[in-house]
Order: sequence, then structure tokens, then C-alpha cells
Amino acid sequence: MRRREFLTVAAGGLGGVVVYSLDGKALLLGAQGKAPEKANGKSKDKVVRIPLRFFTEQEAVVVAAAAGRIFPSDESGPGAKEAGVAIYIDRQLAGPYGLDAHRYTQGPFEENAAAEFGYQGAATPREIYRAGLKELAGLKGPAGFARLSASEQDDALRKIEASNFFALLRQHTIEGMFCDPLHGGNVDMVGWQLIGYPGPRMNNAEDIDKHYGEAFRPKAIRLGEAAGHAVRGSEDEK
Amino acid sequence: MKTLPRVDVVIVGGGWSGLLMAKELGTRTALSILVLERGAAQSTESYADDMDELDYGVRLKMMQDASGETVTFRHNAGERALPIRQFANFLPGTGVGGAGEHWNGLCPRNVPDFFAVLTRTKEKYGAKWLPENHAMQDWGITYDDLEPHYTRVDRLLGLCGKAGNLRGQKMEGGNPFEGRRSEEYPNPPTKHGYYASLFRETCAGLGYHPYPMPSAGLSRTYTNPDGITRPGCVYCGYCERYGCMIGAKAQPTNTLLPVIEKKKNVAIRTGATVRRIMRAMKNGDAARVTGVSYIDGKGEEYFQPAGMVVLASWILNNTRLLLLSGIGEPYDAATGRGTLGRNLTHQVHFGAATAFFDKPMNRFMGAGAAGTMTADFDGDNFDHSGVKFLRGGVFQALNTGAHPIGEFGAVPGPVKAWWGGEWKKAAIETFDRTGRIIFSGEHLSYQGNFLDLDPVYKDRNGDALVRMTLDWHANEHAMTEFMTGKAAEIARAMNATHVNVFPGLGRYDTQRYQSTHVQGGTILGTSPENSVVNTYGQHWDAENLFVLGGSLFPSAGAANPTPTILALTYRTADALVEKYLKSGGRLE
Repeated sequence: MRRREFLTVAAGGLGGVVVYSLDGKALLLGAQGKAPEKANGKSKDKVVRIPLRFFTEQEAVVVAAAAGRIFPSDESGPGAKEAGVAIYIDRQLAGPYGLDAHRYTQGPFEENAAAEFGYQGAATPREIYRAGLKELAGLKGPAGFARLSASEQDDALRKIEASNFFALLRQHTIEGMFCDPLHGGNVDMVGWQLIGYPGPRMNNAEDIDKHYGEAFRPKAIRLGEAAGHAVRGSEDEK
Repeated sequence: MKTLPRVDVVIVGGGWSGLLMAKELGTRTALSILVLERGAAQSTESYADDMDELDYGVRLKMMQDASGETVTFRHNAGERALPIRQFANFLPGTGVGGAGEHWNGLCPRNVPDFFAVLTRTKEKYGAKWLPENHAMQDWGITYDDLEPHYTRVDRLLGLCGKAGNLRGQKMEGGNPFEGRRSEEYPNPPTKHGYYASLFRETCAGLGYHPYPMPSAGLSRTYTNPDGITRPGCVYCGYCERYGCMIGAKAQPTNTLLPVIEKKKNVAIRTGATVRRIMRAMKNGDAARVTGVSYIDGKGEEYFQPAGMVVLASWILNNTRLLLLSGIGEPYDAATGRGTLGRNLTHQVHFGAATAFFDKPMNRFMGAGAAGTMTADFDGDNFDHSGVKFLRGGVFQALNTGAHPIGEFGAVPGPVKAWWGGEWKKAAIETFDRTGRIIFSGEHLSYQGNFLDLDPVYKDRNGDALVRMTLDWHANEHAMTEFMTGKAAEIARAMNATHVNVFPGLGRYDTQRYQSTHVQGGTILGTSPENSVVNTYGQHWDAENLFVLGGSLFPSAGAANPTPTILALTYRTADALVEKYLKSGGRLE
């Protein structure tokens, strides 16, 4: 039985991602170069506690920190931290995708296959993360990666750039930035707003051949709003 | 194995070709017809919730589940084949409607001389120009044979476009290189977004002949000859990898199924995976098939007897089922003996130029075939002196609807970072200022490119997977280099601030999506020596076995194959109704 662990999004928008452990200690993720802020009940930002499905608290801290370097929060806009990328990845790994439910997994495997054959290894996404995070975190204790400075984190990531784990982490970070919020990422549609994507807009018939050369930016909507009812993601399938 | 009540016709596969055959035979005859589809039922209503890029565009929810069955791949006979563990280079569909549910609906016809590619090439260039170890051959039917059937396809799907050659008359605004059309398109072209219109104007300025893409997504409400009414497209941008939630894009479930469902003599059984086509071997009569065996979702096996079998289970699976069933002589690349599995091709398809602009494109709007193309470098439409390849292809500029997970991250070449702040900033700036010029070209057939059964890897039922042996040859590399250069010229003329060009085909790559237009394996032809089936899809070794689909193509055209597949299906249906069902025997 795993310990119940939580990852929490500051609902106030760009407030960052907070992890709570069971003893009530709160740590604001990705606050490199600063002392961890206390995110207790006195904070103005309302926070939403989301139980982790796959990661341990320490793993989530490392994933959030690494995703925050791949897609940083900086002067060009919000990043992985605000979008809740770590929550997105946690849910994907806990669901059928994390177990390779739809990948052909019969052997024999060929771990060193040429790139044109695609990933030919035996490890599932869950296993790749578990091993990759252990390596990354192990640099300075269980969640040590998260305590490095931003440039030290970049250096550590550069060392694993060629790995399968990094390829997945980068791809999942993009997914968590820009998926429909129903999957746990792209919180408040921050990713979509960043790039002017309006979500699944059902009708563009009157606009497709207009606005030539000018930005047309309708208000973003999520799939649940467009469809008129809640839509479940594949990660929530039994 | 339980034996079920006999039907007159069993159709393996409920995609475009299988359901068109079911509709034709079901409405024109009183035969009892059973379609066996291994996937689930699908309908326009079930697509209301599918505008989710993650589950559909990325996790490929509408596609064949690779965990239960995939294909294996190797570049040549000396290499060890490995399974394609997640589909990427092509995307087979599953469920009623098959890949016809998640397609883009881009519906060009092939250029006329494509059907006689070997003869025309020898006549014009001489045999010395034929590539070494090619397996090129003529189809045995001509564009003119198919034209009436192409026209029926236009009407069935309600194609939108502009004729360029109407009964021999060149028409302004259409494709001047196309074969003679007997009728104008049933519907006018779709609307164009900014990017496609920019491409159109630029190409016209360069002296090319851009024309609107023939689209099976409707430009207006349309009622087809079967009385099926579909609405005009709303340009939501969710065609490719998605089912159309309003039915504007022609899909088997919205175009064929409503007709079939009204016919009491046609049934569709889902969750039925056909494992073998059965042959009667007693009394020396091996020239007929007797039905099929299939396994249902509960693991129960059945024998379904039938007077006739129509194999319409998608390109690669058509070959696989014949190989597993021992029908026909497997192709042996070393000796050239046998025909089953030969002439595997995959349309030469790539993003030739990625252009970055200083203006926003609003490219979230669009439709699968809302765009412009040009055939100035298709087939033999241009002067090949000075180039080192045969044939050619088309350039396309589409507004398909750009989705953020798949499209985010493309940055101009000088930005070397692929993660981190510099990359992020550049990718945000370029996300809506990007357009791609796609090249779609012919793939010649070669002796070394073929299908057979994999000796190692099995599907969920323990049956051998089909093995692809495929690589690019000098003709494709030279064509790619030339066409990439042309695309870059067009992109620069569109005032792109930067152009990233396609790096080259390299070795065949199972990780790069390059259209779902894999072709060959059960090719049609004029004799059992050079083909698996005759031009009606009738198997040379079993007269009551008919094969439909892209597996019949002796080589891959630049044109997307569905209109040609459907035209061939119509032609076969006519021959069945008018000749075969009356007198049997070999169709000539």
C-alpha cells in the first residue's frame, strides 16, 4: 500500500505547484535560487490538493523541476510549473499509457536498435521514469535535483539528453503544456493562451477565409465546454 | 470450431472498399451479405467527444491497437526484422469505417499515364532509364477504363473541387494536367485559409498551375445519388486522426452505412477477427474458397461458410491473410518466383519545406483537404532532362487545423536548442507563423521491396505478423532532393523569413509519418505470372475470391489512393452483378 501523496496546484493562476506530504509540510516546486516559500493556509492563493497516482512526492518534485527547465517559466510566459505538467505526467503514467497497454510488447526486444526502428526496449514508460528519476535525483539525495540551481539543473539534464527518459520527459512536457485541461495539464489553459490556440472550437466557417495576415484569437474553450459535458481521458479508463 | 449458417457473400473488413461492395451488392442483388469487422461500431454521434488531441492525435485512439497486432519491418533481406511497436509511419484504422473514418478526405485522381508507367517510360526514355532491380509494370487497365467509376466516386463522396480538363476542354482554375473528366465536381472548392491562399497566389506568380484540392469534406450541404445528405464543413480542424462529428467529411459510416443499414440482406458483425480464408481441397477442387474462420471478442472460433469471399481488410492485412491461408504462391525476392507479397510501396511523402513567416496564419482553423496543390512536377508533366529520376509528384499546402502538441516546437534552423528558454521563446513566436509545403510523390516498385510472414513475431492469437522489407532507392533520393529544392523556392517566394528544408529520406524510417498510403502485396495484373489478382480483383487461384483495396496497386501514385480504390471497387461490383453472379467463371 503506497503512502498517499499529493501534488497541489495554486488555483490563483501563476502561483506554482505545491507538493504536500502527509505530515503537512508544503514545498513550492521549481523555486530555484530562492528559499522554498511556505504555502500554508495564510497564502492568498487558493490551492487545490491533487493526490498523486504514480509518483512519490520526491519523484514529483524532481519531475516538476526538470519539466520546469525544459519549458521554463520566464519572461516569455508561464511554463511547465503553471501548467501542472507534473500532474499530467503522473496521471499518464498511472493510466494505460504508463503500462504500455497499447504498445506491442512481445519479445524478443532489441535495446540497441537503429533509430529508424523506433523504441525497441522492454521497459514501460513507468519503468523508464522510475529508473531515469532515480539517476537524476540520485545526484544529490532523493530530491536533490530539485535543490540544484537552474544552471546546475540544465547541466544535469544535458548529460541525459540522449536518453530515452529525456525524450519522454520532453515529449510529455509538451503534452502537459498543451493537452486539454481534462488530462490534468494546461491548467487554466495557460499553454493554449501562451500560443494563441483557442482549443476545440467547433465552428470556424465564417472565419476561415478572413483575418488574412492578422491574428484572430477567439477566447479559448476546453473540450468539456465545447461538448457541453465532461469528457473523460484515457488515463481514467479502467 | 462452430460452423455458422452459410451466407452468399462474406466481406472481410468494414472500411471504404468493403462497405462500398456491401452497399453495391446489397442494393443491386438479393444476396445475403455478411461483413466481418474486427473493430467496434462507430458513428458520427460517437465522434462528438473526440476533439482531444492527446487521446486521438497523439495516443491514436482511432487506430489499430498495436499491442495485439502490428507489422514487422526490415530494410533488406539481410537485416533482422523488428516489430513496429507503435504505429507512426502509417496509421491503420480500426472499427467500422476503418481508416476512412480518420482520413483527411483528400481525393485526387491519378495521372493517366500512371496506369501504364512501364510502357510509357520505356517509350519516352528507353529501357536503359529503368532503375536497376525495378518491378514496374502496367496495371492492365487504363485511366479511361476507370474514368466513369472515378465520376461515381465524385458523386458518392460529393467531392469539392474545380475541373481542369472537362471532356477534353482545359478549364481555368483547375489542374491542367489531369485526365479528362466527364463531369465537373459535384461541389465547389472548399474555403481557403490564409496559408493556402498565399501558396496559391505565389505558385500562380511563379507560373505554376495551382488548383483547389479535391476534398471529401463538403463545401456546402450535399445529397448524393443514394439520397444521403451531409452538411457543409465548419473548418474545426479535426479531420486527420479524428472522426467528423457533423458528418461533413465523407466517411464510410456516414456515406455507406446509412444505405446498408436499411437493407435486410446485409449484416455487419463487429469484433470478428478473420484468421483464415478456407479452401475446399476435396475432389480436386482447389479453385474455390468456402468461407472464412474468425475469432470473436470472447475467444470463440467460428467457421463462416460463404459462396464468395471478398477480402477488404486493408493493404497489409490482405496479403497477410492470404499468406496465412496458403492461397497463392508467396513471392521469393531471391528467385523472383511467386507473386503474393510483391511490389510493396509507400508513397514518397514528406514536409519538403517548413516556412516561417512574419504574419500569423490562424492555422487552428481548417479541414483535412482545405488547401491548394500543384501538379506541375507530377508524373511526366515536366521536362525530366537534367534530372536523375523518373516520375514526380505534387506539392500541397493545407490548412488542416494545426494542433498544439503535434505542432509546437518547430523552430527556424538557426535556433539549435530543442528545450529550455531559448527554444520555448522561439517556438511560441513561430507556432502560428509556420506553414509546410508537403510533397507527395510516386514510389516505383522494386524487386527487393515486399511482404512475407515474420518468422518470429506473432499477434495476440499466435498468428505470424506480416513482415515489410522496404527501403528507398536512388530514384526516390534524387526525386526528394529535387523536389525539396523546388519547395524551398516556393516557400521563399512566399516571403518566408526562414525556410527549413527536409533533410532527405535517409533509410526508410518507421518513426516518421509519411501518409497511410502503403500499397501493393496482392497486385492486380494481366496474368498469374505477374500478379495475384486480375484487374477485377479476382484471385487467379480461386475464382470466388475477390480482393479490394490499395494492396492491388502495382506501384504507389502521387495521388492519395482512396478514389482509385473506390473506383476499382465500383468496377468489380459491376462485373460481379452483370457477369459473375450470372455465369461465374473468370472475369475477362
